[in-house]
Amino acid sequence: MSAWRHPGSYLTLAIVFVWGLVVLLLGTDIMRESAFTLIMFVALASSLNILLGYTGYVSFGHIVFFGLGGYTGFYFLVKHGWSLYAACVAGGVLSALLAGLIGLAVLRLRGAYFALATIGINEAARAFVSNFEPFGGATGLALDFSVYLKYGGAGKALWTTFTVLWVTTLAVILVSLLVKHSRFGLGLMAIREDEDAAMVMGVKTPQAKTLTFMMSAFFPGVIGTLYFFKNGNVEPGDAFQLHMSIEMLVMVMLGGQGTVLGPLAGAVTYQGLRGYLLTSPIFKNLHLAVAGVVLLLIILFVPAGAVGWVRDRLPKLRRWLE
Amino acid sequence: MAPVLEQLIASLFDGLLLGFVYGVAAMGLTLIWGVMSVINLSHGPVMALGMFGTYFLFTLGGVNPYAALIVVAAGGVVVGLIIYATAVHRVIDAPHLSSLLATFAVNMIIIGVGTALFSTSPHNIDYSLGSLDVGPITMPYTRLMAALAAVLFTAALYGFLYFTRTGKAIRAVANNRTAAELMGIPSARVLGLSFGLGTCLAVVSGGLIATFFPFTILSGGPYELKSFVICVLGGLGNPLGALLGGLILGGLEGVIPAFMPVSWVPVVEFALFVLVLILKPSGLLGAK
Amino acid sequence: MKSRLLVLVAVLAAVSLLMTPPLMATTQSAKTKTVVIGFTASQTGKLNVEGIRQINGVNLWLEQLNAAGGVKLADGTVVKFAAKFYDDESNKNRVQELYTKLISEDKADFLISPYSSGLADAAAVIAQQYNKIMITTGAASDSTYKKGYTLIYQAYTPASRYLTGAVDALMKLDAKAKKVAIVHEKDKFSTDVVNALKDYAVSKGMQVVLFEGYDTGATDFAPFINKFPPDVDAVMGGGHFADTSTFARQLFEKKVNAKMVALLVAPPEAKFAELGEAALGIIGPSQWEHMVKYSPEAAKEAKIEWYGPSVADFDKTYKAKFNEEPSYHSAGGYAAGMILEKAIKKAGVTETEKVKAVLDDMDILSFYGRIKFDNTPAAHGLQTGHDMVYIQWQKDAKGNLVKQVIWPEAGKTAAAALMPQK
Repeated sequence: MSAWRHPGSYLTLAIVFVWGLVVLLLGTDIMRESAFTLIMFVALASSLNILLGYTGYVSFGHIVFFGLGGYTGFYFLVKHGWSLYAACVAGGVLSALLAGLIGLAVLRLRGAYFALATIGINEAARAFVSNFEPFGGATGLALDFSVYLKYGGAGKALWTTFTVLWVTTLAVILVSLLVKHSRFGLGLMAIREDEDAAMVMGVKTPQAKTLTFMMSAFFPGVIGTLYFFKNGNVEPGDAFQLHMSIEMLVMVMLGGQGTVLGPLAGAVTYQGLRGYLLTSPIFKNLHLAVAGVVLLLIILFVPAGAVGWVRDRLPKLRRWLE
Repeated sequence: MAPVLEQLIASLFDGLLLGFVYGVAAMGLTLIWGVMSVINLSHGPVMALGMFGTYFLFTLGGVNPYAALIVVAAGGVVVGLIIYATAVHRVIDAPHLSSLLATFAVNMIIIGVGTALFSTSPHNIDYSLGSLDVGPITMPYTRLMAALAAVLFTAALYGFLYFTRTGKAIRAVANNRTAAELMGIPSARVLGLSFGLGTCLAVVSGGLIATFFPFTILSGGPYELKSFVICVLGGLGNPLGALLGGLILGGLEGVIPAFMPVSWVPVVEFALFVLVLILKPSGLLGAK
Repeated sequence: MKSRLLVLVAVLAAVSLLMTPPLMATTQSAKTKTVVIGFTASQTGKLNVEGIRQINGVNLWLEQLNAAGGVKLADGTVVKFAAKFYDDESNKNRVQELYTKLISEDKADFLISPYSSGLADAAAVIAQQYNKIMITTGAASDSTYKKGYTLIYQAYTPASRYLTGAVDALMKLDAKAKKVAIVHEKDKFSTDVVNALKDYAVSKGMQVVLFEGYDTGATDFAPFINKFPPDVDAVMGGGHFADTSTFARQLFEKKVNAKMVALLVAPPEAKFAELGEAALGIIGPSQWEHMVKYSPEAAKEAKIEWYGPSVADFDKTYKAKFNEEPSYHSAGGYAAGMILEKAIKKAGVTETEKVKAVLDDMDILSFYGRIKFDNTPAAHGLQTGHDMVYIQWQKDAKGNLVKQVIWPEAGKTAAAALMPQK
């Protein structure tokens, strides 16, 4: 596939690969904790990018797949004793199936209506799970601590979770790259530019959009399961945070939508900024305001995001910045 | 257990009273959409600003909350003008995503600064007027006053839009911006003012809500979501539709809990929202 | 000149030589160590009223202990305690991030939980994952202790015993009372309380006419109040301070005529009186009140060890430092620190395993009440020794609102009264 002819593809994959490797080799808890959050957001932002960047459909409620998939995977873990790996797959598959179903209905909407609908779906999902007894209702689900023994104790379990997350992130970046350089991806980008023209030119837009939606939903489902496993419990309030959804959006926009390196750059920058702001006494309460200012500046002046902007200005670097 | 008729009437009344206030909030959102096709995602935090404005005027200035609303309303217009000038003007003709994200950025900024200044601890306006007993219904006067104020503000808005020159200019720009410009209407200023009117309605509804519920800078969020539901129900861009939608939603919120656990109400609300979006996006009364 | 200089130097050298032995002696006699107690506190956010009271209690304990010279270990090392804490903003994600930070970066040796069962539960996972002892306070939910933890110890009476006494008090107040409406916050703590309450009420022949939960942060209780039958006898439930106060206020505004209203967390706080008339007659379960009668004499009679300050001393020193009445959240905070202090003192070392062993066998009476933990695997760490007291807001002779202890009968300061009818 033509993806492999672009050095930029290797660059993005290499960054994540080396990063994870370094953390695993050094083996310190603090490094793992901060790397976990960062890599998680890289994966989430990248998954959103598959939908947003390529088709131009802005989902404000993408976190719903993290929540529903995560809850499902965690449910199988807690109530049916499945292994972490099986539970992750279950979470991802459920998210994808749900996306397919939801997509049938909402992908017919355009622009702002689609965005609003995704917010509505996220809220409906949260309210529903809050009342859904098998998922523990409002008090959620919790893992009995002895489950960690199956993975060699809590310490080892946390490392295993990190490794699985690392592999998942590599996977989502790979999928993102493959889609971008395929005929399928070309069709998606045509939809982004002008959906009606794309239809006229023979792109099967409903199927293409639905398939993309499902792909973008699979990975958050896996990641959600991992996150809840690591925390040992989940409540509706944790799983459907509109806030997290928006942060994913900011990361994609900041780094550059439609590029593969963009979500990575955006996630790292945003999380780095956030981490700094949260521990600084002056800015502790302002981190959201700063994020808002950053987003506003990007929208007003650099809508293509950091990577997009660099690609525009320095064509020579385009090979490297996928 | 089946609800008794008295309980149903009481619930309906409570819901309708709240519905008026929801309607005012939604009108603000729908006005902005109708005039410039922008969905103001900072609607919630702006409402929260109204809550805080009224609170401070009452607690620090000793001003009666209803009198304070006038000041707060004026402040709301100014806030709207500022938001328009900084965030919206540049992206008004860009794809919808840009204005969505721009107003969302404003949302984040207001919440961020608000949290820094006021923290997220709840605040209360300790203003009690007693309650009115009418048969089976006991209504706190604060809620009655809020509904009354909502109706007054709606009437004032309609008076403004239909009987003043500026109001007509706004309607002209909403109808066809290019034609309005050709007729000599300064569209940028009119757009700014419209945005300000929209935020004015938002802060007023926030201030009213603050007279009977506790609030934090984050309290605007749920009401913003309700405003979306109402606007979609009533038709985006249709102010009367917004008021009607508000009453419908308020009524539903009052009556549904009589038949099922209260915590199912949000599920019904959002399911309805998504359904209307899918089946009749132009809303029950038709969009602009 | 030179000789005088030499003499000066010699004198100085001699003087310094004479001075050093005492200095050397003092540095050799006492080895000191600092034990870091880590916790997060809800200084902001919806739990801030209770959260601040709790850390006040912890900080008072810390100050008093260090002023008294700390704890002396078996090998003579003097241990001083230092607190490291962050504001968790009443937010669960922050709690998990911050406790990981407290353990990995700030090297906390022992932990105290955040306020509220939901947050404490989130912190407990982290504590157990990293093998640190955590005393939970401000956290009553039973469910935390059924998850197989071995290092988490509860200072509060469990949720399952919170409102059962209110049912007993109701039966005494009005033998004909039958209909109880239960409206509660949908969080771990309140849910545990009302589940146990419902079973107990039904077992005593009561009829639960409403049993519904509201989402955390709810502000509109009218939908629930509208579902009460007009002849409801008692309203029970609530959640945390903010929502419970709002619920109480709206019960008053809607002129609900129940014989008893018993709500969680908010009524025992002094701030609850700000509701004015709406607070009159409301009953609340409390982990501790300043009128309790725990004393060294009572301990001797019950043949349990007494430890810590007296009730009067705690009350006095808290008031002096913070200029307000201590509530049970303050007492709970102080007790958590005191439990660690006693355990380390008895163990003689600061190693987790040895301190854990002491905690497993602890049985003491203190100003806060009896402290004894369940050490069976099924419910390890659950508090089994401590009891609740019930207060009610009544008007004193001058017409001011004051708290009275109305239950249990043995420790009461005033008789329980029916709610004023509207």
